[in-house]
Amino acid sequence: MRIAEAPSESPLATAVACAHCGLEVPAGRVSEGKELPFCCEGCRAVHAAIHDRGLDRYYAYRDAPAPAPARPTGRSYAELDDPGFQARTCWTAPDGLAATELFLEGVHCAACVWLVERLPSLVAGVVEVRLDLPRSRAFVRWDPRAATLSGVARQLDALGYRAHPSRGREVQVLRRLEDRRMLARIGLAGAAAANVMAIAFALYGGIVHGMEPEYAALFRWASLVVTLPAMIWGGGVFFRGAWAALRVRTLHMDLPISVGLVAGFTQGLVNTVRGAGDVYFDSVTALIFLLLSGRYVQRRQQRGAADAAELLASLAPGTARLIEPDGIRDVPVEALLPGARVEVRAGDTVPADGVVATGRSAIDVSLLSGESRPVEAEPGDLVHAGTVNLSSRLEIVAQRTGEDTRVGRLARLVEEHGRRRAPIALAADRLAGHFVAAVLVLAALTFVLWARVDVGRAVDHAVALLIVTCPCALGLATPLAFSAAIGQAARAGFLIKGADALEKLTHPGRLWLDKTGTLTAGRLALLAWWGDAAAKPLAAAAEAHSSHPLARALVAAVGPAPDLPVTIVETQGGGIEAAVGGRAVVLGSAAFVSSRIGAVSADLDRRARELALQGLTPVLVAVDGAAVAVAGFGDSLRDDAVDALARLRTHGWRVGILSGDDASIVQATGARLGLAPDDCRGGVSPEGKLATVREDGARGSVVMVGDGINDAAALAGATVGIAVHGGAEAALAAADIFVTRPGVARVADLLDGAHRAVGTVRRNLALSLCYNLTGAALAMAGLVNPIVAAILMPLSSVTVIAHSYRARSFGRAEAPPCR
Amino acid sequence: MSVMFVLLPLALLFAGTALGVFIWAALSGQYDDLDTPAIRILHEDDASAASGSGQGAKAAP
Repeated sequence: MRIAEAPSESPLATAVACAHCGLEVPAGRVSEGKELPFCCEGCRAVHAAIHDRGLDRYYAYRDAPAPAPARPTGRSYAELDDPGFQARTCWTAPDGLAATELFLEGVHCAACVWLVERLPSLVAGVVEVRLDLPRSRAFVRWDPRAATLSGVARQLDALGYRAHPSRGREVQVLRRLEDRRMLARIGLAGAAAANVMAIAFALYGGIVHGMEPEYAALFRWASLVVTLPAMIWGGGVFFRGAWAALRVRTLHMDLPISVGLVAGFTQGLVNTVRGAGDVYFDSVTALIFLLLSGRYVQRRQQRGAADAAELLASLAPGTARLIEPDGIRDVPVEALLPGARVEVRAGDTVPADGVVATGRSAIDVSLLSGESRPVEAEPGDLVHAGTVNLSSRLEIVAQRTGEDTRVGRLARLVEEHGRRRAPIALAADRLAGHFVAAVLVLAALTFVLWARVDVGRAVDHAVALLIVTCPCALGLATPLAFSAAIGQAARAGFLIKGADALEKLTHPGRLWLDKTGTLTAGRLALLAWWGDAAAKPLAAAAEAHSSHPLARALVAAVGPAPDLPVTIVETQGGGIEAAVGGRAVVLGSAAFVSSRIGAVSADLDRRARELALQGLTPVLVAVDGAAVAVAGFGDSLRDDAVDALARLRTHGWRVGILSGDDASIVQATGARLGLAPDDCRGGVSPEGKLATVREDGARGSVVMVGDGINDAAALAGATVGIAVHGGAEAALAAADIFVTRPGVARVADLLDGAHRAVGTVRRNLALSLCYNLTGAALAMAGLVNPIVAAILMPLSSVTVIAHSYRARSFGRAEAPPCR
Repeated sequence: MSVMFVLLPLALLFAGTALGVFIWAALSGQYDDLDTPAIRILHEDDASAASGSGQGAKAAP
């Protein structure tokens, strides 16, 4: 068995593989005894859980080591048993069994399927578990009288798989049914196309060599019988689309497609009944098959991106720790009522707007306000839902919960704006209108010209034109090119929810960036130094032995300190006193330094105040009893920020910063990036961001790049909303595009890719229009018969398909996208 | 050649049957997950497993 062999497999004694996950075991954890080596306690616990339950076969089934160490959380998952929660996520079968779908973190291979599906033998009352590996979803059926869902989740947790309830089930079920129907339609259209084509070959023979009328009639009727269901069920997709577009007086590619299909089918029907003339059933069915396949590919690709974003969203914990007289209980956030007392541990998200009852902590409000500096909270202070408790445990009394919280109101704003946004017609759809008009005019012209020769032939040629110009390649051009681009984008770390977002990104306008996270690296750096430069090495030497973030930033900026004997005395929250090679160095806040050396010169004091106004943290440096310099520390810019902004500008975008951070900090950041002061707006509330975005949106295209709940409304209100790495749940839901890797350079990559994808679409459209022009010219000359149509149409489609999949719009990510 | 009048409808009947089976399979969700069943078949049956409902059980709609 694999477990026993695992340690001996490694050739070197220093590289011992973990018996559970196969990663290298840190040297300190390798013991000489009989015990199996584990890289961490998580793996040990999971291995023990698997072993105790007699499931060692898991290791035999495994064909690849786990990608990451196991991390069982030991949570109670009690919130899963809440009746209100179950009403929304679970359903009951007629036989009294309950069923639900869970999203599992960490399932990755065949052995995981085996392990997860062993659950019914581990938890009494669980009837069936089936894992859908590609989507990481487990379908669970259990007897509610004998087992609880939290028990199932706890068991999965012990085995190393974290379970999350799968939200939005109704939508998923509808989508899945629609997918199945679409697949069945494609099957029908494909079978019809293949069979009609086989029959058509016999008819082509008849065109060339002549055919006895009773056989011609047989083949025509057989083709008609096969085409009819494909036309009604398969083609119905396009007729419904065209009708819906006509009713709201917009243009859509479905319209010319429907015209061509109806013309081809009607002519075939008439000629079959009267027993003379050409039938185009082979072209009609092939058209339906190809176009349906194109739609299906596009659907799948877009769905992939939307699913991934939804998955990320569902990872957010929706629970609160409710304090009751008899203990603390996990409840779903939705079940909290005003007046409830909840515990918020360090690292937890505050579940409701409320007042701190006990405890003191720092609160990260950046998701809500955009302000990057943590805020102190003490008893009596108001804290908002969605903010994160950073340092220590708090107890809060909820005042407003659920939709009444500030976050809840913002979420409603987001929803309203998501709905209100008018759909922008894709280039192909705008083209469709002109296309229909041109085709109808040409058909009329053909009829008029040929009517002078022979009315019967005039009808034939006009109908042949309608059929041969039916925009098969044109209909495939956009969906295939965009779905290929969206697929490539997903592999490069961009989750794009719709093709229209890509097209809109190529119409430049205003681009607003949220400062936090996109432009800055999120770590302190030395940004300003005023005064005696000779004091720098001394200061660095003094700070070299401190672990304070400011000290590290100084050492990183100055470089290796001179090799001098150093003794230091550090004062928490004040500064540092050091003796460096016989000289006395004092560094710290103005108050700290002046308390050690007496008054600081007015000039330095003024500089320090200026730095503080710019949003930097000033540190005074005194050498031998006199203050000589002042250093300013702040969040450093990303290395690639300046380059990336230049790239954005070359695409024609006017770039600005729209941030909730303090205005002076935003101005200073903007100045470092070379942005006009007018384009750097700080201290903007979420509502203010939305107003700005809408104001710009009225004048043209506007793109918002953000990551927090405070940006969500603006993301939804913008022409295109881009959520960046590390974003909040609401931001993900509101955005059109989610960038899974950090940095503004990724946004520039995205714009490059969008331009390339739209270029591919344009070339596709041009190619297919060329084919249609050729077809129209041939039809007007009276040279089109079913054979010509049958050659021209697949040829144009294959060109477009090949061109779409050959194009590379998005390069591969150099690093795997991180979550 | 008159055999065509029998053969063609017969051939279409066969094709129609196969198509019918495909449509049934697609609509009943047989194509929802193409990866996991391929893995599941490789697992040995163990006597203790209570999940013997096997292929009879249908996935959620």
